[in-house]
Amino acid sequence: MARAEWSSAMIPAAFDYIAASSVDEAIEMLQKHGDQAKLLAGGHSLLPLMKLRLAAPGVLVDLGKIEDLRYIRDAGDHLAIGSMTTHYMLESSALVQERVPLLSHAAGMVGDMQVRNRGTIGGSLAHADPASDLPSIVTVLRAGIVARGPRGERLIPADGFFQNTWTSTLYPEEVVTEIRVPYASGRTSSTYQKFRQRAADWAIVGVAVSLTLDNGSVRDAGVVLTNVGSTPVRATAVEEALRGGPSTREALGAAAERAADGLNPPGELKGSPEYKLHLARILTLRALETALSG
Amino acid sequence: MKIEVTVNGESQEWEVPVNQTLLDALRLRGLPGTKRVCESGECGACAVIVDGLALDSCILLAVQAAGMSIVTVEGLSTGSQLHPVQEAFTQNGAIQCGFCIPGMIVTAANYLEENPSPTQEEIRHVFVGNLCRCTGYKKPIEAVLSAVRDDDTS
Ligand SMILES: Cc1cc2nc3c(=O)[nH]c(=O)nc-3n(C[C@H](O)[C@H](O)[C@H](O)COP(=O)(O)OP(=O)(O)OC[C@H]3O[C@@H](n4cnc5c(N)ncnc54)[C@H](O)[C@@H]3O)c2cc1C
Repeated sequence: MARAEWSSAMIPAAFDYIAASSVDEAIEMLQKHGDQAKLLAGGHSLLPLMKLRLAAPGVLVDLGKIEDLRYIRDAGDHLAIGSMTTHYMLESSALVQERVPLLSHAAGMVGDMQVRNRGTIGGSLAHADPASDLPSIVTVLRAGIVARGPRGERLIPADGFFQNTWTSTLYPEEVVTEIRVPYASGRTSSTYQKFRQRAADWAIVGVAVSLTLDNGSVRDAGVVLTNVGSTPVRATAVEEALRGGPSTREALGAAAERAADGLNPPGELKGSPEYKLHLARILTLRALETALSG
Repeated sequence: MKIEVTVNGESQEWEVPVNQTLLDALRLRGLPGTKRVCESGECGACAVIVDGLALDSCILLAVQAAGMSIVTVEGLSTGSQLHPVQEAFTQNGAIQCGFCIPGMIVTAANYLEENPSPTQEEIRHVFVGNLCRCTGYKKPIEAVLSAVRDDDTS
């Protein structure tokens, strides 16, 4: 029985495994093993790739035992989130629900319950998959990503962190330790619209919206799209159309028309480029209307 | 690699290859209730409870579970006393071919710990990560609802 069992299993290629006990040790291991090494967080993006042999790192450096990377703290003017914080922790945290409701709302829309129980925000951002939800969310929230490497720590603005499909500005020997999400000033209203075929699917297109409203006008607007390019895409034409204008349905409708301006989304099995452009406009309209009424 | 885990309440020492999934480690140790299906975390048939949370064991390395407490479908019952969700599944005929059922039971049992009286809508949301290709969601949802009701009256 044991042999039959193994012959049907999907097994990642062999590697060395190191359970790091601190961030410093993880950085040391990354330096020591160079190209061969890869960090392991929840493993829910990396292990499926390894099983398909799309990734075959020689050394896995597991962050899972570093308990002090798992926290959500009120840091005065921002929320400080440890990189190993799971989607489930974000979804269920009263602090996140109260201070940055968009983040808990969107974390609750990632994959399914089992995935949210294990996948982490740090892994989700470092993985830089354009179909992932949280990259758009941290971009619209103008969050900062703290990375620590051999030469110390740096704070990377989410705008600019994502470079290309599966590529961020992180250096290979850097570890994401914290995500800092600034608290909104003024009356903001935000939402994430995610369009998918089945309830657990990735977004065909998603849109994150954050509006700062001021006496019938839009003081500031953030609109960021998921899965219409190789990174999260800021819909600058929509933002510019909204900023300083009236917060009426007509104005929002006119702005949403511009959501597909300049986009050139790749087609895929789930949606052609034209379909995605259509979704970008419709979802932006829905998101703006939801934010306005919310 | 040598690791210590607690499996269904019993501490065990395992010698596992580092590239072995928790799913395989469990099945090779005589716990076949956890099913191998999609191998990519999509279908939920391999769900087990790790330190109190239902997870897909096919995309978790056994070594990642070192030091943790694992509950499989075999460990939900107390002696011959089935878990209320298991009892409700049998009473409601919540079964088609049966392959996805252990994952559904584990997931539902875990969710009820957090929310002991969910609505039908909430249960539907929980089963998003448990694929049944016989299209048999109606009875499992009814079963969980009845487990909740029976629990109220007892
Ligand atoms: C069935 C399924 C459905 C899913 N659906 C969705 C979905 O709808 N939306 C969505 O957004 N995501 C989805 N995901 C992905 C899920 O959210 C992943 O958990 C997440 O993207 C990666 O997080 P992780 O902790 O699992 O990272 P891992 O898989 O462990 O790591 C991913 C990458 O990031 C690197 N990394 C991890 N942590 C760090 C760190 N602290 N510093 C630097 N580099 C690091 C790793 O080296 C690796 O390259 C799904 C996954 C599955 C299996």
